[in-house]
Amino acid sequence: MDRDLSPQDKKDLDKFIKFFALKTVQVIVQARLGEKICTRSSSSPTGSDWFNLAIKDIPEVTHEAKKALAGQLPGIGRSMCVEISLKTSEGDSMELETWCLEMNEKCDKDIKVSYTVYNRLSVLLKSLLAITRVTPAYKLSRKQGHDYVILYRIYFGEVQLSGLGEGFQTVRVGVVSTPVGTVTLSCAYRTNLAFMSNRQFERSAPIMGIIVDHFVDPPCSGQRPATMGHPCNYRAPDEEDGFAGVQDSQEVCTTSFSTSPPSQLYASRLSYQPAALAGADLCHPAANPNQVLHAGKEGGVLLVPAYPPHGADAHLTVEHAPNTPGSSGDGDGLSQSEDGRRDDGRRSASPTDPVEALNAFTRKVGAFVNRPVTQITAASLDLPFAAFAPRGLGSEENDPMVQPPDSPPCPSPLQASLHSQGSEGSGPQDDFVMIDFRPAFSKDDLLPMDLGTFYREFQNPPQLASLSLHISSQSMADDLDSLPEKLAVYEKNIDEFDAFVDMLQ
Amino acid sequence: MNCRSEVLEVTVESRQVEEAMLALLHTILLHRSTGKFHYKKEGTYSIGTVGTLDFDCDYIDFTFARVSSEELDRVIRKAVSEFKDALSNSGSDGMGQISLEFYQKKKSRWPFSDECIPWEVWSIKVNVVNLANEQERQICREKVGEKLGEKVINVVEVINRHEYLPKMPTQSEVDNVFDTSLKDVQPYLYKITYQITDSLGTSVSTTMRRLIKDTLAL
Repeated sequence: MDRDLSPQDKKDLDKFIKFFALKTVQVIVQARLGEKICTRSSSSPTGSDWFNLAIKDIPEVTHEAKKALAGQLPGIGRSMCVEISLKTSEGDSMELETWCLEMNEKCDKDIKVSYTVYNRLSVLLKSLLAITRVTPAYKLSRKQGHDYVILYRIYFGEVQLSGLGEGFQTVRVGVVSTPVGTVTLSCAYRTNLAFMSNRQFERSAPIMGIIVDHFVDPPCSGQRPATMGHPCNYRAPDEEDGFAGVQDSQEVCTTSFSTSPPSQLYASRLSYQPAALAGADLCHPAANPNQVLHAGKEGGVLLVPAYPPHGADAHLTVEHAPNTPGSSGDGDGLSQSEDGRRDDGRRSASPTDPVEALNAFTRKVGAFVNRPVTQITAASLDLPFAAFAPRGLGSEENDPMVQPPDSPPCPSPLQASLHSQGSEGSGPQDDFVMIDFRPAFSKDDLLPMDLGTFYREFQNPPQLASLSLHISSQSMADDLDSLPEKLAVYEKNIDEFDAFVDMLQ
Repeated sequence: MNCRSEVLEVTVESRQVEEAMLALLHTILLHRSTGKFHYKKEGTYSIGTVGTLDFDCDYIDFTFARVSSEELDRVIRKAVSEFKDALSNSGSDGMGQISLEFYQKKKSRWPFSDECIPWEVWSIKVNVVNLANEQERQICREKVGEKLGEKVINVVEVINRHEYLPKMPTQSEVDNVFDTSLKDVQPYLYKITYQITDSLGTSVSTTMRRLIKDTLAL
């Protein structure tokens, strides 16, 4: 009962609880800013360091806390809660934790307010400092920036834990008995972070939809407190204006962070996923850990090929072989990287740029593949230094470029080389065979990106701009016509070439 | 007086020993340190301010908050480093224990020396394992980080039971309760000791100590 407490003690106690609440909010929010905190110890006491702890006061946070408290104190049935949530650059958000400062009826009349309660509140704040570094949201908050940001919301009243998902865990930071009740500080944190990885694949967000502040400094010490201080004052979804408020404040938040250019965005999204997965594993075995992992893995594979568009096309044309019978011959192998080539008939479809065709062939056949290599001879191509091209590429008779196959039923040697069984006249689907690829010096391991996957994915890099020549601009005939000129030039410089060759020897 | 005793057990890789010990010892000391006392007239005193500092471990996926005092950090690091060296030199199967004991000094009359009466002892048992490859080390990094998190929660739980703490001393008695040697903070009087368990499971040093004590008691 309050009558047992002297007025001075009551006043002191109220003050202690009020400032304790404010300092609690500061500690929690500062621990989620994404930076390491460092404050100095001072042997000479200053009047402003409540509970003898050096805890900085971020003005916006104090303002928000005072606004939420609205002159009241945490009491029975009136808890002060700080909700920490994560918001991705795509707009998805998820509650991570809720810190609750509650008061219950259990009183301790004998305790001395000005001394014991004060010191115990100080110890409780230290415990809060320790525990805020231990919950899963800490690691997530340290990695925030490109893909997601951490936001806070302070509210007063009933504790709402429904947004934390199933299986959330609770950790009690501590309790302090006072003559008017027992102060309890606890944290409920989400354990199921699988939501994030799954959600990412439901959306195919355009890269350009995100604000790119290429040259803005990344959020660092000076800037961060201001942005975190933006009130994350969203209310329940049924309030329209609440949402609008959220959009505004969070848009502001987003622009002040430097999001990376598109390519990096993909890469960093990939790197974000492991963080979420690690978080899921950290506190509680996730409901479907395998599911989560696979989602992440697939995502990794799905997203990356989209980036180099040429490569993706090449990949796709390889997978879905051309349907027209006429191109099942040489067109197949030769035109695998350039769709347009098929259109100009077989002859011209034969690579106008022999170098490119050679590249196309060698690219298609992976290293260490247990198949006969392409049977084109470099010698048959009119290349300068053709003699230096890799040998053993097959005899001239089988060379489709010298003697293009006449009709579809006669498969190209290249096709034959890629067939697992040399079946003829087979459908387009059999042209390309999935070969079990075992790159040297790599072992079957659990890493998501092993050497084999890497090689497969990056086997078809985009064409160099200098090498991709438009079909209509040149044809084989033109090439042949220009050859005498080229030969003349080379003959003129023959001394130079000889000198070069001597130098090599 | 009853001394409160708590035991924490961790299993780490050899290069994680130092950081794991620092994490736990600093967490305990954070709770058991106050600002410097400044005594005024009429028996009142004011207390200085304790700052905190976040420390990211290199070999463990873990960050902990410690008291912002370089002097204190140096003392703890030195003790942990000695423990680590003893552990690696022992040649035993990598088991040891480091203890942080908080005590009070009780002045005795001559010729007896001051008594040190412990009121809280934290024993951290360490089990060192060897790992075969980088993958296992990566998993160990995360797992030990989780375990340390659990230990921090245990420490906080014990401390927040608010059991016995020495009374706040008068100016003349302050050195019997607190370590006043540091410039910026004032932890309770503490000492750090360690034991390496040999392969027999008994601790060599405790056996020696017991022998000596028994001899003197006669």
